[in-house]
Amino acid sequence: MKKFSSLLHNLILTPSRNTKIKLLQDYFKTLDINRAYALAILSDQLSFQFIKASKLRELVYEQVDQHLFDYSYDYVGDLAETISLIWPTNKEGKSQNLSTLIENINKIKKSEINTEFSKVLSGLSNNERWTLIKICTGGLRIGVSERLVKTALADLYNKSVNEIEEIWHGLEFPYENLFQWLRNETSKPKIDFKKLFHPMMLANPIDEEKDFKRLNASEFQAEFKWDGIRVQLMVSSKSVSLYSRTGDNISSAFPEIVENTKGDAVIDGELLVGRNFKPSGFNDLQQRLNRKKVSKDLQEKFPVFIRAYDILFYKGKDLRKLFLYERRKYLEKFQKENKTNQIDLSLIIKFKTWKELTKYKNNVHDDLNEGVMIKLKNSEYLPGRKKGYWYKWKKNPKLVDAILMYAQRGHGKRSSYYSDFTFGVWKENELVPIGKAYSGYTDKELLVLDKFIRNNTTNKFGPVREVKKEIILEVAFDDVFPSSRHKSGVAMRFPRIHRIRWDKPTNEVLSIEEFKKEFKIG
Amino acid sequence: MDFINHQLFIKDINVHIDPILPKKTAIITHGHADHARFGHDHVIATRQTIDIMKIRYGDKCAKKFTPLRYGQKYSIKNYDFTLYPAGHILGSAQVLIEKNNHRLVITGDYKVGKDETCKNFKLVKCDTLITEATFGLPIFQHPDPKDEIQKLIRSVKINKNNCHIVGAYALGKAQRVMNLLRQQNYNETIYIHGSLEKLCQYYSKEKINIGKFEKVSSKDKSFYQGKIIIAPPSALKDRWSRRFPNPIICMASGWMTVKQRAKQQGIELPLVISDHSDWNELLDTIKKSKAKNILITHGQEDALVYYCKKQNLVSKPLSIQGRSDEEIE
Repeated sequence: MKKFSSLLHNLILTPSRNTKIKLLQDYFKTLDINRAYALAILSDQLSFQFIKASKLRELVYEQVDQHLFDYSYDYVGDLAETISLIWPTNKEGKSQNLSTLIENINKIKKSEINTEFSKVLSGLSNNERWTLIKICTGGLRIGVSERLVKTALADLYNKSVNEIEEIWHGLEFPYENLFQWLRNETSKPKIDFKKLFHPMMLANPIDEEKDFKRLNASEFQAEFKWDGIRVQLMVSSKSVSLYSRTGDNISSAFPEIVENTKGDAVIDGELLVGRNFKPSGFNDLQQRLNRKKVSKDLQEKFPVFIRAYDILFYKGKDLRKLFLYERRKYLEKFQKENKTNQIDLSLIIKFKTWKELTKYKNNVHDDLNEGVMIKLKNSEYLPGRKKGYWYKWKKNPKLVDAILMYAQRGHGKRSSYYSDFTFGVWKENELVPIGKAYSGYTDKELLVLDKFIRNNTTNKFGPVREVKKEIILEVAFDDVFPSSRHKSGVAMRFPRIHRIRWDKPTNEVLSIEEFKKEFKIG
Repeated sequence: MDFINHQLFIKDINVHIDPILPKKTAIITHGHADHARFGHDHVIATRQTIDIMKIRYGDKCAKKFTPLRYGQKYSIKNYDFTLYPAGHILGSAQVLIEKNNHRLVITGDYKVGKDETCKNFKLVKCDTLITEATFGLPIFQHPDPKDEIQKLIRSVKINKNNCHIVGAYALGKAQRVMNLLRQQNYNETIYIHGSLEKLCQYYSKEKINIGKFEKVSSKDKSFYQGKIIIAPPSALKDRWSRRFPNPIICMASGWMTVKQRAKQQGIELPLVISDHSDWNELLDTIKKSKAKNILITHGQEDALVYYCKKQNLVSKPLSIQGRSDEEIE
């Protein structure tokens, strides 16, 4: 555990990619079970069933005064680090192997979690405790992507990272077949691709200035970009499953899809809510998300369908090496053969020049698409976010000026900075908050805002600071919906700070009525 | 305790403690720039603090100086002042003010732990304690500085082709890091940023063991391979640091407790070496002082005020102008 926790410690503090790769490789060179655990942890595949963030909070409150913990957490901005530092006993027990430690934790009975896991935490050094809590909460955020881990492994054994990528989702702990193949002791692991989630092909945002000069419009096709969730549909005579972008099986939340699709294919598309293939907006879709089971009533109210735009397999045949325009023919064929109310096809927009495409992108009449996708007709289906093949071109965001009201310290790389901002518009002589944003600003703007907040705090509510109502933020957002949960009656989708309006006096900011009128909210 | 206000000003006799703006009479706890300023009429401080002020601001930085030994009483009207060691840096002092049998102590910046570069902290019993709270959160539990300095020494041994640049405040911390290295038998010449030179010379003159040091000069890049260089934190991000071969950026500071902080500042090797008390030392000092009235100055005062109130002590924060959190030496 000592060795693994110092690996994580060094990874988080090293800015250099090469050094990170070297650190990872040094660790992976060890030939025991610990590296399998390390690989599982670094790729976010290991977790403890009973120990999540809320349980950890419960345990730390048994040890230290809740207020003192809250003050500290607010300051540090990272749960694992706060708990590891504030944990009262610092007696280092006998250092255990990473594997032994994890196996021992897995043996703890649910009824004894509180006492037993607290004992484990007390027996570790600060850094080990930090590591263990990071494992529990998942999402290490140490500046190491899954891709980097695979790259380190591939380089260490002279393999290509794409080879690892291809079989990745079919591998399981303790990855014996992977390591044997890497060491050239066996051939590449055989994976049943039919049952496997295939990593998706992702798009890069287009750079209007550079890319349109460089790229030839005739080599590309365009489609509308829909504001739903990306899914992979795997359908065969035996089963139908639906996966999210990250490879989670979400079939049970969408029974109508599972029941009504037929054929034998792997389809890539967007899951949307709507009737007769007319999408009704992300707000409606949200009613169907993050549910394990779904009632008949919800299915009636918010029916879902898939807008398909690509096909990876057709009747067992791997199409990923074909070009997009060739795959499209297979997709159309599949759809014709298996007509259902659950799948339609993404429309291909006809255009000759980039300028012509602009009007489709900005298409103000249809609020439901969020721009266009631009795809190279001759593109294979490549996993990950490869440059030069698929682009997304988003509509210009909506903008509103609002007054900074409250601020809170951020988390992760923005910890300690006042970087979460709540802003509002007028309601008669008072301000009413309309949203909260913690991105979009430049590093310089963040420093200015942070300083303003520290020097102009008028009130504190726990970690939240109320500030003098002087700063106007131009807020960009994708959309806004009516909401009964918020005092203002509106909820913004993806608000971010566009810029600071030093030039504008606060009395020129809209009232909530004007705001609703401008953005057509009833 | 009503005789002193939240700006540490005693109106009755026109005396300030650590004032930010030029004043008639100023008692200075130590030489850091957020406490010792230029332009007072009369400065009362330890001899070493006065020396340090003269080095930093020139001989004429005040019209009149009164040096006090630790424990020596100095009276103005019915107020008696005594300085006691604060263990923060060379010359640092706490101020005991006695008036009509009421004892008030202003700790200034202080640390309880051992330090060879200055006189160690002396606990002074009192009725009212005005304490600092730089590290006033229970997450701050400073490790043994020897272990931290060993991390640096180990890294120097392993990474022979790199040089190590250690960010440390020019006054106090830099010399403490040098002294800690000497305590651990690191006997090589230590290279320093030009801005540290005069203060290092002064520490040597005061017989503090900081060993052999030399100002960084425009030598061949490879010369600094395997060497330790000490520089003020501001120089770490400066062009200055790019002249060195594969530098490993280190920082000696209590803030380095928090990994995310170290990461934000681009620190690769954080060394948790602090000249301030940690949480337990703050609590311990409050308890042992027997003071019933606790006032808390700059730092993370919220948590400490909360703690004191829970102990049935009268407590409130003092917000002293010019000392916002996290910018202090």
